[in-house]
Amino acid sequence: MKITKKEVEYVAHLARLEFSETEKDKFTSQLNDILVYMDILNRLDTSGVEPMSHATVLSNAFREDKVVESIGVEEALKNAPDEARDCFRVPKVIE
Amino acid sequence: MELCELTIHELLNRLAAGETTSEKITESVFRRIAGVEERVHSFITLLEEPAMEAAREEDRAIGQGVRKPLGGIPLAIKDLLCTKGIRTTCGSRILENFIPPYDATVVRKLRDAGAVFVGKTNMDEFAMGSSTETSHFGITRNPWDLERIPGGSSGGSAAAVAADECIAAIGSDTGGSIRQPASLCGIVGLKPTYGRVSRFGLVAFASSLDQIGPFTKDVEDCSVMMNVIAGYDPRESTSVPREVPDYRTFLGQDVKGMTVGIPKEYFIEGIDPEVSSAIRGVVKTLEGLGVSVREVSLPHTEYCVAIYYLIAPAEASSNLARYDGVRYGFRSRDGRDLMDMYKKTRSEGFGTEVKRRIMIGTYGLSAGYYDAYYKKASQVRALLKRDFDEAFRECDVLITPTSPTPAFRIGEKMDDPLQMYLCDIFTLSTNLAGIPGISVPCGFSGAGLPIGAQFLAGHFEEGKLLRLASAYEKHADFEKRRPAL
Repeated sequence: MKITKKEVEYVAHLARLEFSETEKDKFTSQLNDILVYMDILNRLDTSGVEPMSHATVLSNAFREDKVVESIGVEEALKNAPDEARDCFRVPKVIE
Repeated sequence: MELCELTIHELLNRLAAGETTSEKITESVFRRIAGVEERVHSFITLLEEPAMEAAREEDRAIGQGVRKPLGGIPLAIKDLLCTKGIRTTCGSRILENFIPPYDATVVRKLRDAGAVFVGKTNMDEFAMGSSTETSHFGITRNPWDLERIPGGSSGGSAAAVAADECIAAIGSDTGGSIRQPASLCGIVGLKPTYGRVSRFGLVAFASSLDQIGPFTKDVEDCSVMMNVIAGYDPRESTSVPREVPDYRTFLGQDVKGMTVGIPKEYFIEGIDPEVSSAIRGVVKTLEGLGVSVREVSLPHTEYCVAIYYLIAPAEASSNLARYDGVRYGFRSRDGRDLMDMYKKTRSEGFGTEVKRRIMIGTYGLSAGYYDAYYKKASQVRALLKRDFDEAFRECDVLITPTSPTPAFRIGEKMDDPLQMYLCDIFTLSTNLAGIPGISVPCGFSGAGLPIGAQFLAGHFEEGKLLRLASAYEKHADFEKRRPAL
């Protein structure tokens, strides 16, 4: 096995997801199949090959450090599931 | 012939000659939608009233002698491009009620060019899929056979164009999501070079691969759309500051002396014989026009599915971290505390395929596995790109099938993710290398399903694709058909 149910639970926590026991079993088996397929990459010797992270010739894109117009608090809060006093409201974090 | 069946360039001519109005065209489109949308389901959101209003406004502008590149033309937009004040769902429950406070750059450019927006089209959730079956808002059916999928992820845009529910449409392509549905629906679809079209306002899936492009009824319309959407955008850090040619100038150019490469790795076991025979037909037509043809090798082709399905989920797992139920989108009401709220929001808000890819991506990036998976895939990606660099030293354009088979049946691959991933085998490498690709209709299967040919060129060589595709389209020797809806 490439991946165990315990690892699925750990990765789910990292990704802030939770699954039922049935889903965990299904995902363990499907992710295992997918990872076995990925083994094909190990047929290649890639020592010394620079990893490619994107396909442009650009490196960093900078602009002038100048304040420009933004959408403002009211607009920014319009899609908020919950808000109070010009802030996004979330469940209590500190006991 | 109904107005909705015509192309952009035909309609622009009629509008300029005063033979029709945008209002009449838009009415024709909505009559068609009323007749077929129930069966096809191309759209998540329809915009009839604002579209009619925009059409009348364009008519007034035309009346005053204003000529815009898309003045009065009804278009459909994939529902992952932000539209100010219009719900943008990305096919997901988690964005079910999201109303963007701004327009994506491409949307703004299309508005400025006079386009009339018909609606927002259906798609696989977060563009993750090859069949438009993972949408939270129901499936889209292929206008050529309602029991079959339209391809994906931009299946709604492709079906809407094929069914004449709009004149042209916009989609996005991360691993084939424009070209594959274009092929399966019998229309033209172009994925531009990485960096050619701004992604500002595009809901991100895999940022090193995503690109926006057009779906059109013919190659000329494709160049008209590219003229509007291509170009540098200071708001998009991967947008390339490079001059945009007038893409219409490539149409009708002589193709004699061009060199076309046929990558031998793309004609493998498992490819439908009707598809390979249709591609051979394309090559024969082009040879007749004086194009020279040679076999080339892209030796790392067999690795592209593995590379893609490590890199794209890794980037997606990072991009989709923003859906936390705090600033916008769905929030579960059951969270006991902040961590529990995050987990319940994401688990209830995302569908199965999205969660599967977040899991693959998170695993591939996690401590202890990064080198074996993400880094390894990025190294093989570099080798794959070298294959293309080599091939384009001796060829102007490469020709391959777009999809290994015509449209498959609804439900056929939903329980086997790996089989679904293998549908993209011919389109993925284009995104990994960042090059442009176009799918053009090249015939029909015995069952009457459309088949598409894929043309690929080097970075920023969209002109070569349009030149060859327009020549092929003009001389193609298969009978033109319309879906019998």
